[in-house]
Amino acid sequence: MVEVVRSTVVPVPIDRVWPVLRDFNSHKDWHPAVAESRIENGLRSDEVGCVRRFSLADGAELREQLLRLSDDDHSYTYCILDSPIPLYGYVATVTLKPVTDTDATFWEWRSSFRTPPGQENQLALLVGESIYEAAFVALTTRLTHGSIRSRGGATPQVHAKSSANRVCSGLVLQAFGGPENLKWGPVSAPPPGPGEVRIEHKAIGLNYIDVYCRTGYFRLAEPPCPLGMEACGVVTDVGEGVDGILLGDRVAYACAPVGAYVEHRTMPAALLVVVPDEISSEQAAAVMLKGMTAEFLLHRVHRVRDGDVVLIHAAAGGVGQLLCQWARAMGAEVIGTVGSRDKVPVARDNGCIHTIVYTEENFVQRVVEITAGRGVDVVYDAVGRDAFMHSYEALAERGHLVSYGQASGPIEPIDIAAFAAKSATVSRPNFGHYTSTPQQVRAITDRLFRALRQGILRVDIGQRFALSEGAEAHRALESRHTRGSTVLIP
Amino acid sequence: MVKVYTSSVINAPADRVWAQVRDFNGLPTWHPLIAESSIEGGDPPDRVGCVRNFTLRDGGRIRERLLALSDFDFLCVYAILESPMGVEDYVATLKLTPITDGDRTFAEWSAEFECAPPREQELAEQIGQGVFQGGFAALNTLMTRR
Repeated sequence: MVEVVRSTVVPVPIDRVWPVLRDFNSHKDWHPAVAESRIENGLRSDEVGCVRRFSLADGAELREQLLRLSDDDHSYTYCILDSPIPLYGYVATVTLKPVTDTDATFWEWRSSFRTPPGQENQLALLVGESIYEAAFVALTTRLTHGSIRSRGGATPQVHAKSSANRVCSGLVLQAFGGPENLKWGPVSAPPPGPGEVRIEHKAIGLNYIDVYCRTGYFRLAEPPCPLGMEACGVVTDVGEGVDGILLGDRVAYACAPVGAYVEHRTMPAALLVVVPDEISSEQAAAVMLKGMTAEFLLHRVHRVRDGDVVLIHAAAGGVGQLLCQWARAMGAEVIGTVGSRDKVPVARDNGCIHTIVYTEENFVQRVVEITAGRGVDVVYDAVGRDAFMHSYEALAERGHLVSYGQASGPIEPIDIAAFAAKSATVSRPNFGHYTSTPQQVRAITDRLFRALRQGILRVDIGQRFALSEGAEAHRALESRHTRGSTVLIP
Repeated sequence: MVKVYTSSVINAPADRVWAQVRDFNGLPTWHPLIAESSIEGGDPPDRVGCVRNFTLRDGGRIRERLLALSDFDFLCVYAILESPMGVEDYVATLKLTPITDGDRTFAEWSAEFECAPPREQELAEQIGQGVFQGGFAALNTLMTRR
């Protein structure tokens, strides 16, 4: 009989480690050796007797059965049912114990099994190192990654499972109308159902779409309801069958449904992405919606190439700034338009080589001059009605007009046949169609977070408001008294 | 029944820590609260059933009987026979477990006892922090100094 024992100390309290380990199917979310895993026959993953069927990175399939699970001892025992690796009679026990003087967790993993003669040492090493020690490193990294460590000091109160509604406060729209209709009051976050998690918000992003939701111009939510579509927070409760998100993870989102202006919120885990350590909660809340928009506009709707000449309207605006920074970093020659002279330095700081004050200059004529009559390869236009046809005029042959908003009003019907004069392409992308699956969202945010980490993108948080003062923030945004992004702090 | 549980990580291999703590008569060599100790009746200190009689630094006297000692589990269980603390049915366990990652020791010291209800919290604090945590801190200093 071979016996293997490995143990370590994880610098995280036991009430954060145990909820992860007691889920017999969670290994797929953090164990580097596990490619895919599911629980057979629809049983719960903390049900004694359940069987997990999983595959390793090399394709090998294993089945293991949970024999004992104790929330009192923080311990479970399981055995191997089927395995291509010759581990016979394999029974293993995982035990956690609190380290009371440092609020850490002692984690022990021991097993016994038989092997074919002569393979004892080799298989004992395989189990001890590739399974147990690899697990220690991976889960420790995962649990110490995110806000828990970077905030230093106190860890948040997190609960593995709370079946109670969490009553908290939020900024609730009472009826469509002005900012005065936003009232601070009690709201509640229900316990997470299957596939859901509950989040404690750390920062909430303010966007112009929130104003449209408030006035009723966009009917995305019916009052009374909290507004807001973008936030970052820490996961405090995890429902059944959640993939890829762990208790204590710092997560962010930018999506429907509306309702981010609250202290705690329950959401489908599939809408969330885990935020890397290097990006603060405020940065994430400020950049998700605008940054994801910039990502798919520059990388998916039109793939900007080195040497392209790019025209970006509202270059000093929220999305405009990110488009300019990123397009410049991708090698484009960036021309930016701004509405007033005082925004010229902002546009230049964000990477515009040429700036045009469209209220004072004819931007088509200026583009013709700058490009020596050729025109630009792509225009990013969220101005809409007032700019659309001029944007077309500024295009080079085979140019691409990307119309992603209509701040100045609806665009007149266009005569598509006339676009043959330049073989022009027109796109009218919708955020939702580029972010409709978790895979799409993660592909976009992976590139966005990488760009932030590499310093290709900078987030300009111009102002912060207490969430309870969100009506003030709406007033500032509508009166154009804000600069860069605005975040609301619960 | 009051339960006290204290645990710590000692930065030395478990067999070395065990060599220090398995001597039931050895508390004065490492625990800061204990001044003197002797085993009654001339028994060896690793004979299960032996009684240690020791003096605290503050002058108090305590008698404790060794109930179990395991060199296999690195475990020692003992009961208080007499003490000035005002506890009844006091049984404590000191246990060491190797931490393979870094060759360190996970040390646990726990106790269960009865006492007058108003004193429960004070005694739990005194035993858990003063006796157990104080012992771990001293042990860690001693073991890592060498």
